[in-house]
Amino acid sequence: MKEIWIITKRELQAYFDSLMAYILLILFLGFSGFFTWIYGSDIFFVKQANLQVFFNIAYWTLFFFIPALTMRLLSEENRSGTIELLLTKPISEWQVIVAKFLAALLLIVAALFLTLPYYITVSSLGNIDNGAVFSGYLALILVSGMYIAIGLFTSSVTNNQIVAYLLALSIGIFFQIIFQMLSTNLTGILGGITDYLSINSHFDSMTRGVIDSRDLVYFFSVMLLGLVFSESMLMKKRSV
Amino acid sequence: MDIVIENMTKTYGRQKAVDNISLQVKTGEVLGFLGPNGAGKTTTMKAITSFLIPDSGKIFIGNISVNDNPQEAKKNIGYLPENNPLYEDMPVIDYLQFCAGIEGVAKDKINDKVREVIQTCGITREKHKKISELSKGYKQRVGLAQALIHDPEVLILDEPTTGLDPNQIVEIRELIKKIGKEKTVILSSHILAEVEATCDRIMIINKGKIVADGTAEELRGQAQGSEMLKVTIEDGSLDEIFKGLQLLNTVELVDFADKSTQTFQVKSKPGQSSRREVFNLCVKNGWTLTQLTFVETRLEDIFRELTLEN
Ligand SMILES: Nc1ncnc2c1ncn2[C@@H]1O[C@H](COP(=O)(O)OP(=O)(O)OP(=O)(O)O)[C@@H](O)[C@H]1O
Ligand SMILES: [Mg+2]
Repeated sequence: MKEIWIITKRELQAYFDSLMAYILLILFLGFSGFFTWIYGSDIFFVKQANLQVFFNIAYWTLFFFIPALTMRLLSEENRSGTIELLLTKPISEWQVIVAKFLAALLLIVAALFLTLPYYITVSSLGNIDNGAVFSGYLALILVSGMYIAIGLFTSSVTNNQIVAYLLALSIGIFFQIIFQMLSTNLTGILGGITDYLSINSHFDSMTRGVIDSRDLVYFFSVMLLGLVFSESMLMKKRSV
Repeated sequence: MDIVIENMTKTYGRQKAVDNISLQVKTGEVLGFLGPNGAGKTTTMKAITSFLIPDSGKIFIGNISVNDNPQEAKKNIGYLPENNPLYEDMPVIDYLQFCAGIEGVAKDKINDKVREVIQTCGITREKHKKISELSKGYKQRVGLAQALIHDPEVLILDEPTTGLDPNQIVEIRELIKKIGKEKTVILSSHILAEVEATCDRIMIINKGKIVADGTAEELRGQAQGSEMLKVTIEDGSLDEIFKGLQLLNTVELVDFADKSTQTFQVKSKPGQSSRREVFNLCVKNGWTLTQLTFVETRLEDIFRELTLEN
């Protein structure tokens, strides 16, 4: 556990040293702020004090940003050979994967934390459903975790950051758009499966304040799969 | 802690990088790996540090099996990988603290330990620089410092002195020798003199197989089948002397070493000596013998003999 935290700290430090963290925070707050408050501007017209608009904007912003955050995590270690250094220390592949996952997740949580003024402003407009706000934020964190795990995996399969980014985005598009499109066109079991695989239904119900175990199972399963696949990619390199 | 390898084989695709190697290195021993490029030195070292999983065979660090209990085995190993990968974006001191942390050095000891290795490896003046700003030699020292940070029982150093200046090479050799008194060290190198100066035992690997194993003296003894002399003879014509030497019945081969000074290399037949014969030849012809010395078989020659393709 201690080792995990040491690696996580190093990754966070690297995010801030490379300015990646600042760029992400500023762009994320800028984007979500701009679209939430100015461009759509419906937050004042929906006559409802909720953060639905913000959640949707953040949902899309994270979709594009997270792969940029994760693309470096393992590809760079593989490219420069530092992975050999790391894995010959008394730590396991799993610890390395979890540590890097946590670093990216913590950065996202920090970014989300900084949007708290949105909440405060909106709640001053009228009665706000605090439960929905809580489960909405939770949904954003879970979606982030899911995309971080996917990004970590794509970062483990290539030595090239750009390839890792594009690969993560391509996998993400399935969960973000394609499965949903398929589910509206398919019927029966296939329709049900694709509907379950699409993030939308899970995310929507959570932002409306419903926390269902089905949704939690969904998010945690994809996360776990991404991490396990990343781990096995690291292991595979050792027995070429 | 001893290092034991039993029948290890590692194949990349169809190519056998390491072919059924077995070896043992005892505590207090420094073993030098020699071998041409692609011999399998790095592959063997990667397997010892559990970074590579061999196809077959067993590796033990002390009593710990690297295969069954890699985490425990790795705690006892300090490793300097071949091209010395480092987190270039970190300052030296942060990097070493990071390494100490994951090696499990106690929190209150980390600063002392880092100070200690910085001093041993001579990077005091560079410690606040970013690693990417260091010269190659200093990077190499950081790599070495990182391997030493947790006082490991076993040190695996893949070409530890590449990029170091002559002063530092001597210092690092001394350091390795000192460490080697109590610890178990394997290092690889292409500098034969270095291996001879630093290591208690030399192992020559070729095409994944061990082709020689022993002290420098033992290797010389094995290779030195026939006597080799260097003789300088004056007051006679070059051709006549050459013919005279060639005709001696103990001599197998004569070569010119330096025509201007009339110096020859004389190789005797296996198990025979030509020293008396050379002297008597000179007396008989009235030549003056001004030099007669043994040519010691150099490690280079042994190396070439064992590893060169025919
Ligand atoms: N990742 C790899 N994939 C395929 N083949 C490899 C790989 N690593 C090493 N080899 C091959 O295995 C053989 C042994 O390589 P190794 O790196 O162990 O040699 P070495 O003795 O360290 O050589 P050098 O003195 O050049 O460092 C070489 O023929 C090499 O081409
Ligand atoms: Mg090598």
